[in-house]
Amino acid sequence: MKPEDALLTYTLRLGDTALVLGQRLVELVAHGPELEEELANANLALDYIGQARMFYSHAGKLEGAGRDEDDFAYLRDGHQFANFLLVEQPNGDFGDTIVRQVLFETFYLQQLEALTRCSDPGLAEIAARAVKEIRYHLRHVSQWLLRLGDGTDESHARVQDSLNRLWRYCGELFAGDEVDELVRTQYDGPDLPSIREQWENQIRALVAEATLEIPDEPWMSAAGRQGVHTEHLGFLIAEMQFLRRAYPETTW
Amino acid sequence: MVAEDLSRQQVFDWLAQVPDPEIPVLSITDLGIVRDVVVGEAVTVSLAPTYSGCPATEAIETSVVEALQQHGVGNVKIDRVLSPPWTTDWISDEGRDKLRAYGIAPPEKGASKAALLYGERSIACPRCGSLDTTLVSEFGSTACKASYRCEACREPFEYFKCI
Repeated sequence: MKPEDALLTYTLRLGDTALVLGQRLVELVAHGPELEEELANANLALDYIGQARMFYSHAGKLEGAGRDEDDFAYLRDGHQFANFLLVEQPNGDFGDTIVRQVLFETFYLQQLEALTRCSDPGLAEIAARAVKEIRYHLRHVSQWLLRLGDGTDESHARVQDSLNRLWRYCGELFAGDEVDELVRTQYDGPDLPSIREQWENQIRALVAEATLEIPDEPWMSAAGRQGVHTEHLGFLIAEMQFLRRAYPETTW
Repeated sequence: MVAEDLSRQQVFDWLAQVPDPEIPVLSITDLGIVRDVVVGEAVTVSLAPTYSGCPATEAIETSVVEALQQHGVGNVKIDRVLSPPWTTDWISDEGRDKLRAYGIAPPEKGASKAALLYGERSIACPRCGSLDTTLVSEFGSTACKASYRCEACREPFEYFKCI
């Protein structure tokens, strides 16, 4: 694989992950558990969709084939999406949503921080913009994990259940492949083993403070980034792409 | 008007009249998102988005084009710049005073990691000035604001969060 192809694939993976998670959070609009969380979810979603647009626009430039952000978002099928399986998991109850956000954003913040120092200027400046937003998100969802875990018996049991269910998807975050390796060596990209170490330390500390337990369960092997997804992604994409597919010339 | 006859300062003065669509008391120059103006055959305005997904970004770009067209500048180009990233430190002192007068607590200076990781220090109520205030929600009516309540005057208010 050529380094420039790896960089394009890497940028699309970032875009897909941001878009799918943004779309998941959009589903909560008008269904928030309370007004403040309604506003919070909508704001989190907006940041992710904005980040996806920047990653896709950059990918379009790297590719140089005339595709724009809408082409990447609306005109690819599920098997062409290369997001992590963790972010396509349904919102479930509020505990599921919070656990998914905490597990992913703890990783994503480290990834973005490393990318601010990468040698591709386009990716570095998007990361510098996004890192501030994700830092703010993480503060918010971490506080919710503490509140739910160290809350009532009911909230504790349910959020522990969420952690048990979502834990298996975390391994994929650190299972680097040739693309990650080329971006690391050719563009000073993130070093996954050191991100994993920091992620484990932070998650262990937060989970312990929330009086929860790390599940005694192995991580599953996953290939979301190769386009092999859980059954949930197809529904999300079908809804997201409907308008553009049904009315191809529509503008808004 | 022929673009070459324009001064850069003149364009900045016109842009100082363009309000932010979500917080109209602030102009886009108060907000610190106008990074540069280059007067040539076209007038190129460099704008920095505040948040990645800020829905006002496109509205602001349209208002800039319209405002300059009203002053006879037909050929306007917008250049979106990400670097250096916008932070609340780009808001001018005048902008901070306008925010306070409007009832929104301005962001603390020094948009540092510390402020984000360990929480804001006490935020003064923009109405009565009391520091006895409580965070109601980390997120408010727009991406850039959080919701607070003043325990002294009992009024709710918004805080332009430090980022």
